[in-house]
Amino acid sequence: MSNPDDIVVVDARRLLCPMPVIRVQNEVKKQSPGTRIKAICTDPGALSDIPAWVRINGHKMIETVSKDDEHIIILEVGEK
Amino acid sequence: MTKQYKAAALISGGLDSMLAARAMQEQGIYVEGLNFFTGFCVEGHTHAIRKKDQNKPKRNNALWVAEQLGMKLHFVDVIEEYKEVLFNPKHGYGANLNPCLDCKIFMVEKALEWIKENDFDFIITGEVIGQRPMSQRKDTMPVISRESGAEGLLLRPLCGKNLPATIPEIEGWIDREGLFDFNGRSRKPQMALAKQYGFDEYSQPAGGCCFLTDAPYSVKLADLWKSRGSKEYELDDIMLLKVGRHLRPKPEFKVIISREEGEGKFLQGYKNQYISLKTTSHAGPLALLDGHMTPEDLELAARIVARYSQGRNAEQVELEIRETNGTTRMISVTPMSPHEIKKEWQL
Repeated sequence: MSNPDDIVVVDARRLLCPMPVIRVQNEVKKQSPGTRIKAICTDPGALSDIPAWVRINGHKMIETVSKDDEHIIILEVGEK
Repeated sequence: MTKQYKAAALISGGLDSMLAARAMQEQGIYVEGLNFFTGFCVEGHTHAIRKKDQNKPKRNNALWVAEQLGMKLHFVDVIEEYKEVLFNPKHGYGANLNPCLDCKIFMVEKALEWIKENDFDFIITGEVIGQRPMSQRKDTMPVISRESGAEGLLLRPLCGKNLPATIPEIEGWIDREGLFDFNGRSRKPQMALAKQYGFDEYSQPAGGCCFLTDAPYSVKLADLWKSRGSKEYELDDIMLLKVGRHLRPKPEFKVIISREEGEGKFLQGYKNQYISLKTTSHAGPLALLDGHMTPEDLELAARIVARYSQGRNAEQVELEIRETNGTTRMISVTPMSPHEIKKEWQL
């Protein structure tokens, strides 16, 4: 299990869905279970798409935060 | 112990692929979804950009379908590989720049690679004979199976009864009697099956799921290729074709003008890649300039942009020209009159 303070950042700003989801998916493949990933997005569609992808693929949503035009989605990699 | 057979379903987010996947789940097959992203997929991009559409629901339909069916979904980024399909489609284009048959062959080929890598048994699609004029015809179905290399591992549950038996049927992995015999453009059988499965909500894309089937989009893409002298593009190029008003007053350059606030914000993200223009004396759009420009061309572009600002009737409009390195300078121009904006400039 990784230290939750060690967050891997995925910069998906300016990308339109499903590219932010694809970037997250690619990062998840590289990481071990327990790793936390923070996706920074500007497409508001990511607020529904990334959590949906996380749910159906067996990972864990931690939180979503929107500030100004940026949306931050934090997830934890589940068992593969 | 009975083997659990596994299928990969091509999931577009529409009703047909949803039903096809569910039909296999009904037969006890474990199904996971694949969604191929070419860069031309219509997935609410314009809704995400335009401010007036900000309140419209934004969801990826393929993800939504997967969630309804309780299955995993894998996105496959094929942006680079897809270029060859688009540049040289063996079976040609449809009404616009849509290489539908080659596209389907390519996607099934990629799905075949995926099932081999992931130890799955066969591939399913939501194709229906006669549903689409190019890729979903009785004579093209075997072409897709053959040229993709999938052959008998490609099963179309919605019209399987009208087609020769595939390996999953011959080997008894699934029951052919549980397949369907849908045929033609009518959506009634699909809607009836959706009702039977308890799906009361599903996506019904009116204009297809690919920008390449869209005539205005294809015109802009053809113009991009012509201006560059080759059929090259990057993801940013094809995303920009979905946004703003595109005018090409000279072969050497194009002006992309935002039509509303959301588009302006989106185009701002490209200010370090393209020279940009913004009116300062009056409210107005943000514009990107794509191409090689002389000082006279810059003035011409500024006059066009001024035409689309609140200062269109003013004697002079001031604009800021921003270079890609961030340096700025001002220019003052007379806005173009409507008749000076030639129809052939508008893409």
